[in-house]
Amino acid sequence: MSANILIFIEQRSGRIVPASRQIFAVAQELSLKTGGKIHAVIAGEGIGNLTDEITPLQPDSIHVADHPELRFYRAQPYAQALCAAIKTSEAQTILFATTSLSRDLAPRLAARLKAAIATDCLEVSTENGELRIRRPMYCAKCVGTFSLATDRVQILTIRPNAYPTPVPQAGTSATIQSLDVAFSDHDLALKVVDVVSTSEGVRDVTEADIIVSGGRSLQSKENFSMLYEMAETLGAAVGASRAAVDAGFQPPSRQVGLTGKIVSPRLYLAFGIDGAIQHLAGMRGSKVIVAINTKAEAPIFSVATYGCVADLFTLAPLLTEEFRNLNGSN
Amino acid sequence: MKILTLAMQVPDSRAALKISPGGKSLETRDLKLICNPFDEFAVEQAVQLKEQRSDVEEIVVATIGAEKPNQAIRTALAMGADRGIQLCDDIFSGQDEILLAEALAAAIRLQETTFDLILCGKQAIDTDSGEFGPALAEFLDLPHVGAVVKLDISEDGTSLRAHRRIEGAEEIVECPLPALITCEKGLIEPRYPSLPNLMKAKKKPLQILAASDLPEPGCLTPGLQLLELTPPAPRPPCTFIEGPPEKMARELVKRLRDEAKVI
Ligand SMILES: Cc1cc2nc3c(=O)[nH]c(=O)nc-3n(C[C@H](O)[C@H](O)[C@H](O)COP(=O)(O)OP(=O)(O)OC[C@H]3O[C@@H](n4cnc5c(N)ncnc54)[C@H](O)[C@@H]3O)c2cc1C
Repeated sequence: MSANILIFIEQRSGRIVPASRQIFAVAQELSLKTGGKIHAVIAGEGIGNLTDEITPLQPDSIHVADHPELRFYRAQPYAQALCAAIKTSEAQTILFATTSLSRDLAPRLAARLKAAIATDCLEVSTENGELRIRRPMYCAKCVGTFSLATDRVQILTIRPNAYPTPVPQAGTSATIQSLDVAFSDHDLALKVVDVVSTSEGVRDVTEADIIVSGGRSLQSKENFSMLYEMAETLGAAVGASRAAVDAGFQPPSRQVGLTGKIVSPRLYLAFGIDGAIQHLAGMRGSKVIVAINTKAEAPIFSVATYGCVADLFTLAPLLTEEFRNLNGSN
Repeated sequence: MKILTLAMQVPDSRAALKISPGGKSLETRDLKLICNPFDEFAVEQAVQLKEQRSDVEEIVVATIGAEKPNQAIRTALAMGADRGIQLCDDIFSGQDEILLAEALAAAIRLQETTFDLILCGKQAIDTDSGEFGPALAEFLDLPHVGAVVKLDISEDGTSLRAHRRIEGAEEIVECPLPALITCEKGLIEPRYPSLPNLMKAKKKPLQILAASDLPEPGCLTPGLQLLELTPPAPRPPCTFIEGPPEKMARELVKRLRDEAKVI
């Protein structure tokens, strides 16, 4: 098998998902060690012009699966398209960013190819020609180091923000190849009827660099507006603990944690969140964590970078004011 | 209609974990094992379908693992599944969910029953990988819908309509049955099995299979080899910001800007 690498570029509504760009950093590291070529694949409908955004990240070639049946993500047609790309690129290592799409697609593809797969990797390296990864397990209470079998295709999904996006290079070029894809009725059995936004105009927690998160102690849906105001000032997303979601203060799509979303933003601000192990499972990978809690012994402080033992109702508006001043002075 | 649900046994998320000397496994003594919470959503969904519809003939729960006593099967049977299939063998102790899904697919094909709907959790909270469901669907050559937060089965029982959660949106999909669904938080709230039902569960049929009972033992040697389990990288100690609220806010923002450089 060749040491070629294939990067899946995820696009949604014609916009490339930022985490897809970050995995070029992984590919470049691997390619330096193994000499494998870097291929990229993008699937969708009417997406040909997106290759211009990928070329500066220096893939050797870009495979484009442009087909009306690929307009919305569906596991089976997308798996078909990827199989075609794997064949033409002769890639052994396939890289995805960890997203809801790759969590759905990558294991299905792995089963189809009888591949080795590791999901949500924090770190990738090579050791004696073997691919090694580190990934969180057991509610992020452990990190497992694994080696992947070398006798088959290897599929990795990489945790967003685990690697920084390489600096795009101007004046680079890549071979663009369009992929011939064909689907059986069986592949197309599932139909996407509609996609309805649940974001209410705010960014999703998995896609934000900054998250302002609140717990049960916010006491009501209305009080969360305090956090929304701060989020707006910061260009941040709003998150919530399960207790706040179960109490109906926030929709389930905002829940952070074991049964919510796993996030790794640059900055996570936790207002009145106790820091139960299931909450930490979702956010302990954040770069900087700020905890605001009236109880100095709250477990959230054990993962916090900065702590304020304070009443959130007093501190949150003051902080919003300070953030605003900061924006004004920039 | 016949429904299959999957239920995996996992350590309780509240349990403190101890890594064994050698670093390749967890200390299992005193480790509380439970039914994977996402699988409880799947079982609950199956049971509610049976309660609401007249055409659900049977709910079967299947599990795979190395340990014989299985908390997940017990819970599922007590919640309302009719019978269980347990694929139990030392070779199923690993973390390679592709291998596990292939073995379980072989066990499912062995059954005389064909299932119209397969429900499983979005992910198991031990590996946290979520590979099992989509992989199982592929091995059974069925369509799947992942991360479902709302599920409707058509009146005639031949198709489904589901909402699946993605980043900032829900996708609404339709699909003919048979199909496999992975259940996301928000779909349904699982019931607590009552004590009498836990007792009754012990009398429900449970078929125990070993790897050698499978016609095709699977092509697979594990694709993943665990080299080491380590605690997560420690986080830097917390710097507490002191003072009256106004000063605290100013100081925190200053630190975030000048020291941490994150805003
Ligand atoms: C299987 C399972 C899965 C779970 N999954 C998740 C998950 O995905 N996400 C999740 O978050 N939880 C999850 N949980 C629940 C988790 O165990 C906790 O119950 C939950 O996180 C608690 O939320 P909380 O911190 O908002 O509330 P509480 O535990 O009630 O904590 C409130 C905190 O607010 C502080 N406080 C009170 N008043 C103020 C004030 N005025 N100003 C500042 N601070 C104040 C208190 O000191 C306390 O620390 C899960 C549990 C289980 C069993």
